[in-house]
This record gives sequence, structure tokens and C-alpha cells, in this order.
Amino acid sequence: MKLALLSDIHANIQALDACLLHARAQKAQRFAFLGDLVGYGANPCEVVERVMLLTEEGATVIKGNHDEMAVTPPTEVKHVGASTAAWTHQQLSAAHRTWLDTLPMVLHQDKILMVHASADAPDLWRYVYDERAATVSLDAAAQWPGVRYVFGGHVHEQSLYYRGSSAGLMKFSPQPGVALPVPSHRQWLSTVGSVGQPRDGRVDAMYATLDTDRWQLTFHRVPYDHYAAASAIRAAGLPEFFAERLEKGR
Amino acid sequence: MKLLEPGAELDGFTVVECIHSGGMAHIYQVRYSDNRPGPGFDMAMKVPRMTAGDGAENIVSFEVESQIMQVLTGSHVPRFVAMGDLDRVPYLVMEYVHGRTLQDWLDADTPPNVEEIARLGTAMAQAVHALHQQNTVHLDLKPANVLFRADGRAVLLDFGLSCHAHYPDLLAEQLRKAVGSPAWIAPEQVVGVRGDPRSDIFAIGVMLYQLCTGELPFGEPQTTGGLRQRLWMDPPPPRKLKPDIPPWLQEVVMRCLEPEAAQRYPSGAHLAFDLSQPEQIVVTARGNNTKGTSFRTHFKRWIKAAGMHYLPSPLPSQQIDEVPIVMVAVPHKDVTDATLYSLRQAVARSLGTRPGARLACVTVISPSQTSASQDDKSETHVQRRYLTTLRQWAQPLDQPGQQISFHVLESGDVAQALLDYANGNNVSVIVMGAATHGLMTQRFVATVPIKVAMDAPCTIILVKQALPFEHLGGIAKGRGASTAGYSDSDADVPF
Repeated sequence: MKLALLSDIHANIQALDACLLHARAQKAQRFAFLGDLVGYGANPCEVVERVMLLTEEGATVIKGNHDEMAVTPPTEVKHVGASTAAWTHQQLSAAHRTWLDTLPMVLHQDKILMVHASADAPDLWRYVYDERAATVSLDAAAQWPGVRYVFGGHVHEQSLYYRGSSAGLMKFSPQPGVALPVPSHRQWLSTVGSVGQPRDGRVDAMYATLDTDRWQLTFHRVPYDHYAAASAIRAAGLPEFFAERLEKGR
Repeated sequence: MKLLEPGAELDGFTVVECIHSGGMAHIYQVRYSDNRPGPGFDMAMKVPRMTAGDGAENIVSFEVESQIMQVLTGSHVPRFVAMGDLDRVPYLVMEYVHGRTLQDWLDADTPPNVEEIARLGTAMAQAVHALHQQNTVHLDLKPANVLFRADGRAVLLDFGLSCHAHYPDLLAEQLRKAVGSPAWIAPEQVVGVRGDPRSDIFAIGVMLYQLCTGELPFGEPQTTGGLRQRLWMDPPPPRKLKPDIPPWLQEVVMRCLEPEAAQRYPSGAHLAFDLSQPEQIVVTARGNNTKGTSFRTHFKRWIKAAGMHYLPSPLPSQQIDEVPIVMVAVPHKDVTDATLYSLRQAVARSLGTRPGARLACVTVISPSQTSASQDDKSETHVQRRYLTTLRQWAQPLDQPGQQISFHVLESGDVAQALLDYANGNNVSVIVMGAATHGLMTQRFVATVPIKVAMDAPCTIILVKQALPFEHLGGIAKGRGASTAGYSDSDADVPF
């Protein structure tokens, strides 16, 4: 079975559609959304509806910090991440908000654990940026029986953590399009990157596919109409910063 | 897993016989159990002695090998057939390559002569280059892991300690320590660097040293201190042990064995180039020395080596791309000054400013130009004349750190001669005139540049003639600042 792993869509419908199209061309049969469907971007309703529709075909969805913020916007904006939460809240219908509110924080399916941030305390939204944070998350995930893989997002970069010949985790920066063997006799943790808001200097959307028959993980970069996504942000009257970010990829 | 008897079956393969029984794995010749025809070559199956559950290092290197074997292509590695599930029945089925290993050459009663050593070295260097182009560094080259096919091509075996830049390096550690075979391991591997293609060049150097002298340059150290010796020490020069080794060969061997990777050949292609054209090698003190390196030099290097530590390496293919072998075809007749000038400009641009690039200046003469009976037309006489012309042409290109060599090829088919040369020497860029050799008028006949462009194994730059004063004239006449009097047209565009 081929599973597409998509995270941090951030209300970017252009990027989401491009990735879904790409994933279907890769023969992905199922979709998993790893949180942050909304926030920053101009099309939260379209994204939520697209994903809700996919859940009817068996797609799984977990909650991200921006989804939580969109349901309950902070009363005062302390950082840039929260600046679009109130706007997003107003755009979404009551039904959208209820649906987002009921999303699980963690999802466990056989050998796979999905969590937006770190598995040790999902509701604290800790970033998994380095080997140390990855070790904490992976160790916590081991409490669920049979878990060999932890997939998440939140950090907007594609990386794969694995155990080398010593005990500690090693960080690997994958090359897009290369099918990486991830045999299940090892433990793996991966951040799959961001569909809707790349920050590594490239504008292309990021996601990954997992082949659970051969246990191969492939990271992808997908070009999409990022100018259209940026225009939509400007048209909606959201801060210019978020539009520029899509045009520059950082 | 215990030894399998002939006739035993494993996952659709039947054991014909055991070829090799090692400490880490058994290797069998196998065939398909359902008697379907083989893949067109004999098959060998490698079965590790342990399974994934044991977690031992040998199963990790088996995992590494399986991962890398699946993606490598070309005649310099055994072809991949199938692999078993690592958890259930770990095995790897690949091409059973028949041939002599380098160990067989070393064990032979009569040691190989200089020509044979150069041939074996060239084959190894070319095989290693093909591997590096695929972003893989072998890191465990030794005489038992190099095999020669009947046609002379080298095949590299055993990728258990190798490193492919596109995959997580399962053998990497936070506490970096040496992984490899002590006798052949490169200095940077000793301090834990995995992934520098020049580590393989060092290993070839050790094997060439063995072929020349019958000895290991650094022995077989058992301790870390012994291993670290190669970080600063030069081995005794081969000519000290075997005075009949020519200086050029010692030059090559000692350059491969330089403690600092940057001082070695920058790629397998460069090494193969020298070994296949020894007359072009500039012999320095490194090649002439018969005494060994002075205590002073060693002491200075020892101080420097004390601080040597891990540095990450860039992608192998990127690293070898930065040291191109540029070949320029220089016509020797029907050629204008403008063409010669433009060619030189294009070559200067292609070489870039980086040290390590090398230039091969080639001209093709027809066999009728030489004659065995006439003295002034003798082969050496004619060759020398053309070599002098080439040298004069290339003189303004001479830059420190960039090697230039000169070659007069004799052939009736100019295009084919150029292509053969480019193929045989892993040339990265061919520079040639767009309309040379007097074929300008024959528009519908494939000219030499067109023929070369169609079959070239690499990028080709076709140069149109233009002299600088023509440009100046153009600007003076108000045709704007366009400098497109000659262009580097991409060969495949005009078709």
C-alpha cells in the first residue's frame, strides 16, 4: 500500500491540489494529513473541505497547533504564528471548526505513529529539529506497541532520523525523488516537510510517500502556482509577509 | 545461517555449489529453482551468517550492501538480481562475475610487469570513477575485492562498507572511528571521514604499490596509533625497493598515497588518464626519489596531522565534476587564426579557475602523412612536428595547478578517433571548431563536428571563429555591444 504523508498545508489550496495530483500519479492509495491544515494561507475553507472529503475515502487527519488556534484564537497576538488565527477563525464555518476541534492529537496504526510535533508531549508542540529532540519523540513513541515509524511535520523541513551503528540517532537530509529503504527492523522518525509553506529557499511544495509493502520512503518536491497562492493572500488582506514567504520559499 | 548443501532451495533459488565460505557470509552459485532460464549470466547468492535480529555489525554492512547493490549500474559492478527480506531470509543474488582477482595477480609466481601494472591500475581507476559518478564511494577496496573480466575491465565487489550519498549512512557513528581494512584504508577514513572519493584513490595507490613492490606500503597495523601513521608518513618509495620501477610509475603511486586527499588525483578519471598515457606524466621529485621522505618533512606533517579531525564531504559526483578533463580538438590544416584563437578562448572558459582541471590537446592526422621509408615522414618525426605546433597553440593557456597534455592521433576517421579518445579517457567536455576540416560547404553531409556531437559521451562545445579586432570593428560600426561573434552553441540544438 502506498501512503501519502502531507503536513503543514497552511490553507494553501494551490499547493495541496498539486501534491494530491502528484501523489495520485505516484499511485498513492491513501492519504494521511499530519496537522496544520490552516493558518497563514488564504484558503482555509477550501483546504478543510478538500480534506474532509478525502476522509470519506479513508484519509486520516491529526491536529496541528494552527488548527487548534483557528478553533480558539488567542486573545492577544504574541507572535507571528498567531497573527492569522482570528482571520482564519472567521472564515471557517461552525461545522469546519467543530470538525477541526475533534481531530485526534496522535494516531497509531500498526507500526506507524503520526503526531504533528513531538510524541512525548503532543500538546506542547515541541519542534523536532535535531537528533536530541528526535530521540525524545521516538523513545516516547516506543510506548505504543509495535511502533517502528514516527511521522510528523511542524518544522517545515524534510528529514529522516535513523540509528547508525552507535545508539544515538543520526539526521539525514534526503534527496527528493530517491526511494529510501526504511526496513522495519529499525526505528525511524521523519518530518515530511511542509506542503503549503516551504522555508528552505525553494518554493516547491513538500510531502512524502511511504510504500508499506517494500518499506520505502520517498520525499517529494512539487512545483505549484505559488504566485497564485501569494496573490490570494494579498487579496484576502492578510500580512504581506506571508505572501512574500511563498514567493521566496523562506 | 548454516551452510547450504548443493541442491538446497532458498526463496526460489537452488544452490549449485558453495563458491566461498567467509566469516561474514557464504557465497553460492545458484540457479532459478523452477528451471526458468537465467538472466543471461551466472548468478551468485550471498547469505550472511546472521539475521537482522542479531544486530551485529556484519548484518548492518549486509544491509548497506543490499541497499547500494540495488541502485548501482554499469559493467564495473556485479549486476543485481534479487534480495531476500532482511528479517526473514536475508540474501542477495547478483551476477557471478568470472575472472581473476587482484589477489590472484599478487599471488602469481611471476610479478606483473610495468605495462601490466599500468593496465590493471587504469582498469581499477576507471571502475572507481564509474562508481563515483553514481554518488557511491567504495571505502573497502583491496585485492580480494577487485576482479578483472576477460576483456580487462575491472569489477568492484563487496559494498558492505560503502557509502551512497543519497541514502542514510547506516555505518556512520557519532563517535567516528575507522571502518575498513587496515592495510588499504585512507588517512581520512582513519579519522572517520566516510564519503570522500579520494579515499578510493588512496586504496588503489596501496594496491599499485603492492603490484610494484610486492609489499604493503604501511604494513598491516593492528593499533590506532599504527593506523594514524599514514596521516603524516610517506612509505618508502617503490624505487627504493625495486630500482627497475620507472620514475613515472612511482610518481603515480606516490601521488595516490599522499596523506592529504587534496594532493592526490582528484578523480579516478585523472588517474586512469596518467596510467594510460605515461609519456605525458611530468615526473617530479616524488617520482625520482629513491631515499624516502626526510625526518624534517615527516615531523612537520606529524604536527599537522595531530589536529586532523572529521570534516563532512560533498556529494562524490559533485566533487569529481569540479575537476573536469577538458579535451580540445585542434585542427592542423585548413584552419584560420581566428578559429585557433576562438578555440583557445573557449578552452580557457571551460577550464575555469579551479585547480585540478586538466586539458588534453588532441589533433588527428591521417595515416598517409607518415611513412616508414621516408626519413622526414617517419612517425616520430611527424608526431614531433605536430606536438610542437600543439604546444605553441596551448602556451597561453598554461596555468599553475592545471595540467596540459598533448596527443597526436593517427586515423583516417577523424570523428571516430576523437570519440574513441573521449570515451577512453572519461573526458567531461569536448571543445572543437564548429566548421573545421574543410567540410563547410557540404551542408548535407555529416561533418566531423556533427558526427562527434551526435555520439559524444559528454558535453560538447562547438566554437565559431571570431577574432577580437572583428568585435571591435563591430562595436565601432554601432552594431551594439554584442559579443556574440562566436557562441558556445549546445551541440544538440541544431538538430
